[in-house]
Amino acid sequence: MVNSLWVFLIIMGIIVAVFTGRLQEVTDSALSSAKSAVELALSLIGIYALWLGLMNIARKSGLIARISRLMKPITRVLFKDVPPNHGALGSITMNIIANMLGMGNAATPFGLRAMKELQQLNKDKKTATNAMCTFLVINTSSVQLIPTTIIAIRSAAGSGNPTEIIGTALIATICSTLVGIMAVKSLERIF
Amino acid sequence: MIKIINLLSVLAIPLFISGILVYGYSKGVKVYEVFVEGAKEGILTSLRIIPYLVAMFVAIGIFRSSGAMELITHALAPVMSRLGVPSEVLPIILIRPMSGVAALGMFTDLVTRVGPDSFAGRLSATMMGSTETIFYTLSVYFGSVGITNTRHTLLAALCADLAGIMASLIICKLVFV
Repeated sequence: MVNSLWVFLIIMGIIVAVFTGRLQEVTDSALSSAKSAVELALSLIGIYALWLGLMNIARKSGLIARISRLMKPITRVLFKDVPPNHGALGSITMNIIANMLGMGNAATPFGLRAMKELQQLNKDKKTATNAMCTFLVINTSSVQLIPTTIIAIRSAAGSGNPTEIIGTALIATICSTLVGIMAVKSLERIF
Repeated sequence: MIKIINLLSVLAIPLFISGILVYGYSKGVKVYEVFVEGAKEGILTSLRIIPYLVAMFVAIGIFRSSGAMELITHALAPVMSRLGVPSEVLPIILIRPMSGVAALGMFTDLVTRVGPDSFAGRLSATMMGSTETIFYTLSVYFGSVGITNTRHTLLAALCADLAGIMASLIICKLVFV
């Protein structure tokens, strides 16, 4: 499906560009996007190193194991196929906590580590497991408790009450996460 | 309220870092060596995701610069206005699954144009806080471990995105209108 999406975005873009006369813009954008992807990845090296270094301390000291035990009632239901004491659950827990606190650039390295550990349990290395699908959907549905960046922008734009959207965003994000979990769990039998 | 939130977001990372360090040190972990060992993985991780980032960035860049977004926005506008979605919010809804940075840019632009306390401003803020980038996350996470068959993940993620949008619309109508 990601395959078709990728082809769709590129081919659809080029076809539309022929009619809108924006082929030059499309060419420029293709090249500059490729460049900025690498620049982004390089700028992330230090940040990823920082978080994964700290995570290693948290793991070796047993802190992650302790937090994971607290989250077990939830993770056991969501990730049934993962053995209860497997390291992946620790990384998943760290990723979800970082996401909840709005630490996006810490969540990604934790999440990528979780994927690596989930892949060790995978028999078919090319196909996603149920646990991976569930983990990804939770990640894309946003579990951030307080949208700090949005509040900052509202505040800068002179809002009378910048924080009034915390409640509405929280309810909406709970809805999206619950629907995501229900969707991923019911679709896993079909795909 | 805003002061407390500012304080919390300023404190979150220092607390996180010092908490891990103090706990590790008190448990007798050789914190410096263990940090460096873990940090090495950060370098490999960020290099490993480059091909997937390039693939997704290029596709989204081509799509956005071609004017296809405007085309879809035009086509969907009548349906959306019937549902009560202000026309200026629609581009944000469409771009959000593709690019967080682009959506944030559009949101900032909207808020300065129509005001943060307008219905469009509040609705888009709620949506921005309840949905996430999908395409980028999927390609990086699956790409980093070499998964090519992602099964139902995209479909389920889009269901969650849609649910977030609809929930935002309903709640904002109840609370702010």
